Amino acid sequence: MNLIRRDVENIAHLARLRITEAELPDYVDRLSKIVTFVEQLNTVDTADVEPMAHPLADQVQRMRPDEPVEMDDREKYQRNAPKVEAGLYLVPKVIE
Amino acid sequence: MTELHHLSLAELGRGLAERRFSSVELTRHFLERIERLDPRLNAFITVTADQALAAAQAADRALAEGSAGPLTGLPLVHKDIFCTDGVLTTCASRMLSNFVSPYDATVVARLAAAGMVMLGKTNMDEFAMGSSNETSWYGPVRNPWDLGKVPGGSSGGSAAAVAARLAPAATGTDTGGSIRQPAALTALTGLKPTYGRVSRYGLIAFASSLDQAGPLTRSAYDAALLLGAMAGFDPRDSTSVDAPVPDYLATLEAPLAGLKIGLPKELFEDLEEANARLVRDALGVYEKLGAQLIEVSLPHLPLSVPTYYVVAPAECSSNLSRFDGVRFGYRCEDPVDLLDLYERSRGEGFGAEVKRRIMTGTYVLSAGYYDAYYLKAQRVRRLIANDFAQAFTQVDVLMGPTVPGPAFELGAKLDDPVTMYLSDIYTIGVNLAGLPAISIPCGFLDGLPIGLQIIGPHFAEERLLNVAHGYQRETDWHTRTPPEFA
Repeated sequence: MNLIRRDVENIAHLARLRITEAELPDYVDRLSKIVTFVEQLNTVDTADVEPMAHPLADQVQRMRPDEPVEMDDREKYQRNAPKVEAGLYLVPKVIE
Repeated sequence: MTELHHLSLAELGRGLAERRFSSVELTRHFLERIERLDPRLNAFITVTADQALAAAQAADRALAEGSAGPLTGLPLVHKDIFCTDGVLTTCASRMLSNFVSPYDATVVARLAAAGMVMLGKTNMDEFAMGSSNETSWYGPVRNPWDLGKVPGGSSGGSAAAVAARLAPAATGTDTGGSIRQPAALTALTGLKPTYGRVSRYGLIAFASSLDQAGPLTRSAYDAALLLGAMAGFDPRDSTSVDAPVPDYLATLEAPLAGLKIGLPKELFEDLEEANARLVRDALGVYEKLGAQLIEVSLPHLPLSVPTYYVVAPAECSSNLSRFDGVRFGYRCEDPVDLLDLYERSRGEGFGAEVKRRIMTGTYVLSAGYYDAYYLKAQRVRRLIANDFAQAFTQVDVLMGPTVPGPAFELGAKLDDPVTMYLSDIYTIGVNLAGLPAISIPCGFLDGLPIGLQIIGPHFAEERLLNVAHGYQRETDWHTRTPPEFA
């Protein structure tokens, strides 16, 4: 299936990605190629097949006792933050 | 004395144990080679010289005190997808070009605890998305066998570093072939373990139902040595499997007489004759060792690439949503509001291939397309996995090519994403089924290496290493060194 410009703009918005005007035609072209390529999956009948989400059968999510195991290391983690103040992450104002 | 970089990990370990050289001497030797030779390759993003020398000194003390283990004092390099405490961890992305990890990945911690010396962090495709190491924010890596060719990807820096003898071993990760394909294109041994065998804690996530970490080494023996220290249960990784780790070295020498080798006809149908001939020669070696060749079929395998390019982008679009410019990573200049901060930080922080995959994933997961693409791919994925399971009721291992051809020219496949994706046509099925597989060098085409791929049932790493080692005892492809880096 060929995607059109509006499809790609919509996908980019959903993915929170800014795509420039100049880049857009290339994304339309290449994403169309990828979508067309994966459409060959429709050549096989999968009506009675259970979707496979995990490559190993019989795996279960483990439980553990509800006890603290990680130390609070906020200062160390915030060293990687673009902007912090008083232990808080700063972003542009969201409420006027 | 043979120059140190010509020795395998196992030989270097013996040398250290016999005190023929120290870990500091060894570490200095490799650091000197990296400094002198890496500018030709661009295999490293970060070289951790000071840390390496400190670790080597500690290793030498352990060796002197008699408290050393089999890996103590041996250098290695980590793919820059593994978090390393206090060291830049970029995933070859502008998004993480300022990220100093506050903790170690379990793989990194385990190998450090075993006494290994990290020399640095290697270049890769951005967020491990690529098959040629050309999507890196830090520029492409070159193949030591021909500097005009790609080393494969995404673990291209790890492969180039070991192939050029800038390090005796490396870690890598494999989501669709990212250990095996670069191993094949650089004449290395690359092992992708069973899903869940090696902890992924601290491994920056790409596609969580596919990702797995493993070693890139110069022999199956070295791979066995390294995997033994990497593998094992980790409560910090919810997909880690709680199964005992066998002594991979103990079974390496087991005879191969009676081994049943399955040859999936789908792996040979479109294979070029020269490549096929080298694979057949390798199969001939196994026949001489008493193995039996049996033709099998994996009828849905030809659909593995399209299946992967729905499943992997879907998972990546979810995993990479964490990069929002707020808590860590790249942030755009002067965002006007929160949406602008998200969109521009991500738009500027991610490269084109990563954005394509996020968008493909977003599309196949979006309302109205979820069933048609994502669930459809998960159903075909089961058919592919069932084909493998069926084959393993008849044979012990499967064999075929790792790659459709030798390393290609830099830039050759950049214009068409689908052409690039098809370079992983022989490796992707294994990830979809969660199986272990190993690539070993089996010959050269016009001076460029290619690989033989050996695939096993879940948790058959012991058998794969045994089968690979049996071949390497009879042949010397794995000992060849790129002339420019001898």
